[in-house]
Amino acid sequence: MRHYEVTFIVDPVLSGDEIKSAATTYVDHLKGEGSEIVHINELGLRELAYPINKRNSGVYYCVEFTSETGDFIPKLELAFRRDERIMRFLTVKLDKYGVKYNADKRAGLINEFKPKKKKSEEPERKERDRRDRKKEAPAKEAPAKEGASVKEGTPEVSATESGSPE
Amino acid sequence: MANKKEDIKFLSNPNIGQSRKKYCRFKKYGIKYIDYKDAEFLKQFVNEQGKILPRRITGNSLKYQRKVSTAVKRARHLGMLPFVADLLK
Repeated sequence: MRHYEVTFIVDPVLSGDEIKSAATTYVDHLKGEGSEIVHINELGLRELAYPINKRNSGVYYCVEFTSETGDFIPKLELAFRRDERIMRFLTVKLDKYGVKYNADKRAGLINEFKPKKKKSEEPERKERDRRDRKKEAPAKEAPAKEGASVKEGTPEVSATESGSPE
Repeated sequence: MANKKEDIKFLSNPNIGQSRKKYCRFKKYGIKYIDYKDAEFLKQFVNEQGKILPRRITGNSLKYQRKVSTAVKRARHLGMLPFVADLLK
């Protein structure tokens, strides 16, 4: 038994019913080909990192299925390509670790990854040094430079910068 | 010969910053699969411009660095990670 996972993105401008029908047509297509559907994961509406087909968001679906052979995969992909409602798709063959990972994720054993915030002290130190050095520089150039250079500065920092040279 | 250590004098300890040994987090924690759909997790291996970080920075072993690389590329294809960015993090 081969395990596959197909993730596809449906156009978000369609009505909710059309989006669901688009997803279910492919699920039925898979069932028709004789594959067993393990899980259908609706990741829902998500922002895209870059525009695809001039859209900035999409509805993600992830279907995990098994089958004896992979003969129908090219047919499935052709159907995805022809369908105008599907913006992107990706079919992946899962190895045993991938299968285990998905099973554990469904069972809730895998915690969501949360990035640790280490950026509490260092930027403040750097901002302080920059402020002291730039007070010596001509006052005209200071506001323009500060506005352009401060990337992660909090609103308080930028407010004081505009206030002090005046 | 007896004063070898005392001859070379440094202002600060030369071993500063060397106590943290880099290790492959996948080997250490027994993680065998890297999910390409987990964009937050993959952002650890990518710099502010969206480029994949080299192995010597992240400390990954070759096997897992390749897996991370394919996962990032798949995530990019699916629009979960950008190809090019600035101020990603």
